[in-house]
Amino acid sequence: MKTTTLLKSLSLSLLVAGSGFAATALSSTAVAATAIVSNEKDDTLSLIDLDSLQVTETLPVGQRPRGITLSKDHSKLYICASDSDTVQIMDLKTRQIIAELPSGEDPEQFALHPNDRLLYIANEDDALVTVVDTGDRSVVAQIDVGVEPEGMAVSPDGKWAVNTSETTNMVHWIDTETHQLVDNTLVDQRPRHVEFSKDGNILWASSEIGGTVSVIDVASRQIQHKLSFKIRGVHPDKVQPVGVKLTDDGRYAFIALGPANHVAVVDAKTFEVLDYLLVGRRVWHMAFNEDQSRLLTTNGVSGDVSVIDVDQLKVTKSIKVGRYPWGVVVLP
Amino acid sequence: MNSYWFGFRGILGREFLRFISQRSRFLSALVRPLLWLLVFAAGFRAALGIAIIAPYETYITYEVYIAPGLCCMILLFNGMQSSLGMVYDREMGSMRVLLMSPLPRPFLLICKLLAIALISLAQVYAFLAIARPVGVEPPPLGYLTVLPALVLVALMLGALGLLISSRIRQLENFAGVMNFVIFPMFFLSSALYPLWKMREASEWLYWLCLANPFSHAVELVRFALYQQLNLPALAITAGCTLAFSLLAVAGFSPQRAARAR
Repeated sequence: MKTTTLLKSLSLSLLVAGSGFAATALSSTAVAATAIVSNEKDDTLSLIDLDSLQVTETLPVGQRPRGITLSKDHSKLYICASDSDTVQIMDLKTRQIIAELPSGEDPEQFALHPNDRLLYIANEDDALVTVVDTGDRSVVAQIDVGVEPEGMAVSPDGKWAVNTSETTNMVHWIDTETHQLVDNTLVDQRPRHVEFSKDGNILWASSEIGGTVSVIDVASRQIQHKLSFKIRGVHPDKVQPVGVKLTDDGRYAFIALGPANHVAVVDAKTFEVLDYLLVGRRVWHMAFNEDQSRLLTTNGVSGDVSVIDVDQLKVTKSIKVGRYPWGVVVLP
Repeated sequence: MNSYWFGFRGILGREFLRFISQRSRFLSALVRPLLWLLVFAAGFRAALGIAIIAPYETYITYEVYIAPGLCCMILLFNGMQSSLGMVYDREMGSMRVLLMSPLPRPFLLICKLLAIALISLAQVYAFLAIARPVGVEPPPLGYLTVLPALVLVALMLGALGLLISSRIRQLENFAGVMNFVIFPMFFLSSALYPLWKMREASEWLYWLCLANPFSHAVELVRFALYQQLNLPALAITAGCTLAFSLLAVAGFSPQRAARAR
């Protein structure tokens, strides 16, 4: 149905709303950025303008794009093109694929070392983590890990590369100097994603089938807390944590709960679940904008991206993108 | 002019007195939609996934979806009950005296409609205040922009009630009105389910809902609560208000009453 604002007919309200809209416009200008979303089933990337919250461009890439990450200077985008068995590099100025990296088979998730050079790639089919030098595009090392490696993260100090294996149910600790697997931490079933706190002292690991998130002390590599979730009106089997994002101020952890269609808001200090935010269907991965005032979630089955206002802890909008959106990053 | 104001004040005052003297009626008017919100909607929360539809910008819970329909439910029951009270008032109550006053009959009936609408608004806002902690959180300005929509819908439903009351002779017929007017109007509308969902179930049910003025009243309130204007809904609701009012005034004309006798 065609709609216009009711305020057009109410002069007093128009005045009030006018000032509100102006304030919104100003605040939007301050967070102007572009979100890049990989669409797993369309073999494309959707670009969302974060001012207008509209898809402005759709770019074709390799087959089944999943994990995506930005180079430190934001000039390049690395794309796990899983069914093309490669990691593609896109020049974000020209929007062209400029190179492909020897990623090993079926790359799904990866993490860039703080040195902006080494890329740690999980090869799901080969039970390997492949380390690729993005400078000379060579394979530096291949490390055997558990069955079906998935989640990847590198600690902020660059000392640890951490991988999760979905079938072995472990978090694997790789020393980035020697590229040796030095320790494993057993977590609940099907660990999907890992995320370091900003100070690098805590690692959050989600277990999709177990329905839990393990909070691991990095120094001892032991679980210090385990989170579980309960959403009113949602069957417990549907609560399947995947993506985890932490605010830099250490206040909140956001956990994407997959087919439960909610994002859990957790107090990152007390580990208390504060709220559940309703988003689209099968929410998996998330990304903050630069000032962390907004969090974007990819909702695979409903094919959209939900925008969460971090201060208000409210979902403000859901934007249609391609089919099965998977990864998301924000270009400041 | 003074006599018009005096007449309006008298009718409004009487409705207000009736409202405060019948606290149980106020409570029952609130309990009914709250039961729907807290019990019915909670049960359907998981069963009915509400996709993104205008005016909503994102996914919503079932509670959020049915809240505007429940606001209209309050107006519907109130409009019908108060207007049907005219059956009694016309024969024995204050309206009998008023209808004999020198003031034009249409003016008196419109005053009655306005008085019913104003009293109903208090109940709607009380409901919205209770619904907020349950997660029905429209934007703050929405509480203001929904006001004109609520007034129009209250007038429409009040006028329909007056129209019906002009045609029935006994108050006992209220049960019939419940079964043949209130329930069909409420259930065959977008109050409980979006019309696209209704269309998935049955094409003819969808068209029935679309032909129901109450559907458009609900959509008008739904959009206004989120600071948007649904022009087709406004046009249909305003048109129906005018038509029902004219028919109700005609129904209360002394000539018609004489013919009926």
